[in-house]
Amino acid sequence: MTAMAPVTGVGMRAPLVVRKRRTPWTDAWARLRRDQAALVGFGLLFTMILLAIAAPLVATHDPLDQELLKRLKPPSAEFWFGTDDLGRDVFSRILYGGRISLRVGITAVIMGTTIGAFLGSVAGYAGGWVDSVISRAMEIVLAFPGTLLAIAVVAARGPGLENTLLAVGLVSVPVYARLMRGSVLSLREREFVTAARCLGASDRRILFQHILPNGLTPLIVQATLGIAGAIVEAAALGFLGLGAQPPAPEWGAMLTDGRNFLLNAPWAMIFPGLAIMMTVLGFNLFGDGLRDALDPQMKQ
Amino acid sequence: MLRFTIRRVIETIPVLLGVVSIVFMFIHLIPGDAALVLLGERANEASLTRIRAQLGLDQPLYVQYGHYLGSLARLDIGKSVRTNRPVLDEAMGRFPATIELALSALLISSVVGVTGGIVAGVGRGRMPDHFARVFSLLGVSIPIFWLGLVLIWVFAVQLHWLPSDGRLAATTKYAPQTGFVMIDALIQGNSRLFFDALSHLTLPALALSTVPMAVTMRMTRSAMLEVLRADYIRTARSKGLRERVITVRHAFKNASLPVVTTIGLQVGFLLSGAILTETIFSWPGIGRWVFESILNRDYPIVQGMSLIIAVIFVVVNLIVDLVYGALDPRINYK
Repeated sequence: MTAMAPVTGVGMRAPLVVRKRRTPWTDAWARLRRDQAALVGFGLLFTMILLAIAAPLVATHDPLDQELLKRLKPPSAEFWFGTDDLGRDVFSRILYGGRISLRVGITAVIMGTTIGAFLGSVAGYAGGWVDSVISRAMEIVLAFPGTLLAIAVVAARGPGLENTLLAVGLVSVPVYARLMRGSVLSLREREFVTAARCLGASDRRILFQHILPNGLTPLIVQATLGIAGAIVEAAALGFLGLGAQPPAPEWGAMLTDGRNFLLNAPWAMIFPGLAIMMTVLGFNLFGDGLRDALDPQMKQ
Repeated sequence: MLRFTIRRVIETIPVLLGVVSIVFMFIHLIPGDAALVLLGERANEASLTRIRAQLGLDQPLYVQYGHYLGSLARLDIGKSVRTNRPVLDEAMGRFPATIELALSALLISSVVGVTGGIVAGVGRGRMPDHFARVFSLLGVSIPIFWLGLVLIWVFAVQLHWLPSDGRLAATTKYAPQTGFVMIDALIQGNSRLFFDALSHLTLPALALSTVPMAVTMRMTRSAMLEVLRADYIRTARSKGLRERVITVRHAFKNASLPVVTTIGLQVGFLLSGAILTETIFSWPGIGRWVFESILNRDYPIVQGMSLIIAVIFVVVNLIVDLVYGALDPRINYK
């Protein structure tokens, strides 16, 4: 902290001015707060996450409750988003479906970043044949289009939420591994690493206690954007019938059900799709803002 | 350039070998008895023995791998469990439909994406830039399968402007020559066939092109902004060159390198996006066929098509790298 107390007259002092010390992180936070698009994204995210968490309190009906006499009803005071072909409330199903999609998206990305960060940091730090083997393995996985690989994994393992999570998470590992490897390659030549080595720190300590924490910034940005992609991938698998199985209110599966009633009940398709789009848009807006805010720091 | 090409081709070989190995392991990811999973619980022992022999599941793993590589060398990527026909033969009949759809989507996304990106980059901070940024953000956020359904609802169900499914109307007579309907229509001089095919292609191509369009637009805008800040652009302006000449002949030419790479890399998205798009629009391509094979548990088809699509993806990435190397002489000397 810098304190200044200028003297303004004989025997008089101006009030003490204390300035907060500026760090790259405080600068990044200030940039993020000024980014209106990022704030809109954060607002969208916060709303969707809050609604998902508070689903039992906010939902107007049981998401699994079927009222066959009220099937394919349009939006009304009783059913805010209408009902589907089994008379289930679309609004309530979207709220509970948010829990599934957010859980899959966030968990898959955590899995992908954890495994990817480990592989990438080992490859970047060790170099040599270790780097070659890991990098070639990641290239091979990246040779498959992501959705196709996820479909193939779920097709082999069987449909279901857990296999969807596994497939979407595994498919994202090479992306984070490459990112982390790049960060580690640039960080391992820095002075603080040399200093740690001179002090006798082991390679494991240098890698996991010094390099990894400093290389996480691009990973955090990519992970935020990656959650958006993971939610869409999971919904795509659900749309193809490979995700969470009925009667679970999964957004992609709701689109498949709604597809058969475009003529007389388009709301069954429109609202689940809007929910996916709003959530993904929120993560994309916030992720873009995070990248722009952290960019000068990453360049350092 | 030749040395660069040879080096890149050689680097691709281990990647292809790895792809083949992963695809080979696909069948072994199936939990439990793969033969039982493929034929169902009610299959008799004779059928199970036949399928195990057909897929080589009764052999040690290394023998299976050797047979698999041998069959690939003979261009045999397996037989359908349901029809017992070679996967490659069945795929060849469906490829033209997917290629027609993917190329149309690539054309739309490239033209609109590049044009929009240039306009946004040149008019930074003005309305076209804001529009392009909002459009590209929405484009990468909209799920393609939902967009397809919305397009069907608006243009087919509500407005009745365009058909919602299939490649041609049921009443349209079509005698395949190349397998590409629009090309065949031009060859045969059949305008009715051409416009019928075009109307059926419009909605699926639009749906499939949206995400690549948005990505291309973002990349083009970003590349143009970077190039327009360069000293040589300032020099060109001070020499009195017209803005259009500066934009096209100087700025875009240098900004095109990352744009070319981006467009090439969209092929992977188009191939996997085709699975979803063809399912929604009942388009008779390989994507829908792979999806139906998954539902029917015809895993040799899923395995074979995964291999073909992955190989196409690797080859396209190689071509993109070579084009990049041809456009930027500095790449060759690395």
